[in-house]
Amino acid sequence: MSHSKEADLQKTTFGFWVYILTDCVLFATLFAMYAVLRNNTFGSPSAAELFDLNFVLVETMLLLTSSFTAGLALIALRLRNKRLVLSWLSITGLLGLGFLGMELYEFQHLIHDGHGWQASAFLTAFFTLVGTHGLHITAGLLWLGIIMVQLARKGITDVTTKRLTLFGMFWHFLDIVWIFIFTIVYLLGAVS
Amino acid sequence: MSNHERPAALYTRYTTGFLLSLIFTAIPFVTVVNGLVHGSLLYAILALCAIMQLIIQLVFFLHLGRGKDGRWNIFSFGSMTIIVVIVVFGSLWIMNNLHYNMMPGSEVDKYIQDEEAIERTESY
Repeated sequence: MSHSKEADLQKTTFGFWVYILTDCVLFATLFAMYAVLRNNTFGSPSAAELFDLNFVLVETMLLLTSSFTAGLALIALRLRNKRLVLSWLSITGLLGLGFLGMELYEFQHLIHDGHGWQASAFLTAFFTLVGTHGLHITAGLLWLGIIMVQLARKGITDVTTKRLTLFGMFWHFLDIVWIFIFTIVYLLGAVS
Repeated sequence: MSNHERPAALYTRYTTGFLLSLIFTAIPFVTVVNGLVHGSLLYAILALCAIMQLIIQLVFFLHLGRGKDGRWNIFSFGSMTIIVVIVVFGSLWIMNNLHYNMMPGSEVDKYIQDEEAIERTESY
């Protein structure tokens, strides 16, 4: 990469970093809302009764591993090995899809049992917080799909390198948000 | 992101980060599921593990502070952290106070007496 192109990539990643930080503030407001409303269950079961920790642990493992494989794809990108990049990205995508499927299953299960978002302030806050994260994951998976098509067609160019670098940052960020959901919603919910 | 590191070094860093993040997921999970500790120690363990996870992801996966513009990334991250802390703890603080002030009559007396350790009279 030439010097000016590298400077360009650094500017772009910094701009994307600033976007991620503003997204952190969005999640902070949702976490604050959840923390304030978590005990307002309005007679419906509390977090301790609703959530299955083993199920959530599997979700967490899927997302942690997909964050790792996204990192491995970035290393393969540096090796300029297109096939390796695409394989790691496919694994990342599959793990992400698995996570999303499990989350949707959990939502569907809750709503089916009459614990939808309209049941209590606690559940409203829960669905908003976890749902917003799920929406980010969905957007990330779409983005990943598009990048994979571009990579397959155009190969490793400056443009695909830039996009993949930004995607990696986004995916690690979603992993961080999930860690806090895991701790605050599920683990803390189970003990109090 | 830095562009001059050798892939071997990067592999080591990602793998270390991944293993560490697994460990710091397992610790709070096992603690909660088996009910090993209770009370404030439990909260401290959960908070510590979550913060460790955050640091691991930032350092090993997002390479915070590396590269030429590393300082700018850290400064902007710092200002975001301040906003997040104000939003979250400020909300909790204010809403707890509101809760305290908006409870119905007799209940709030009882609550305040409990909270401030005032000896209860027999009128209740």
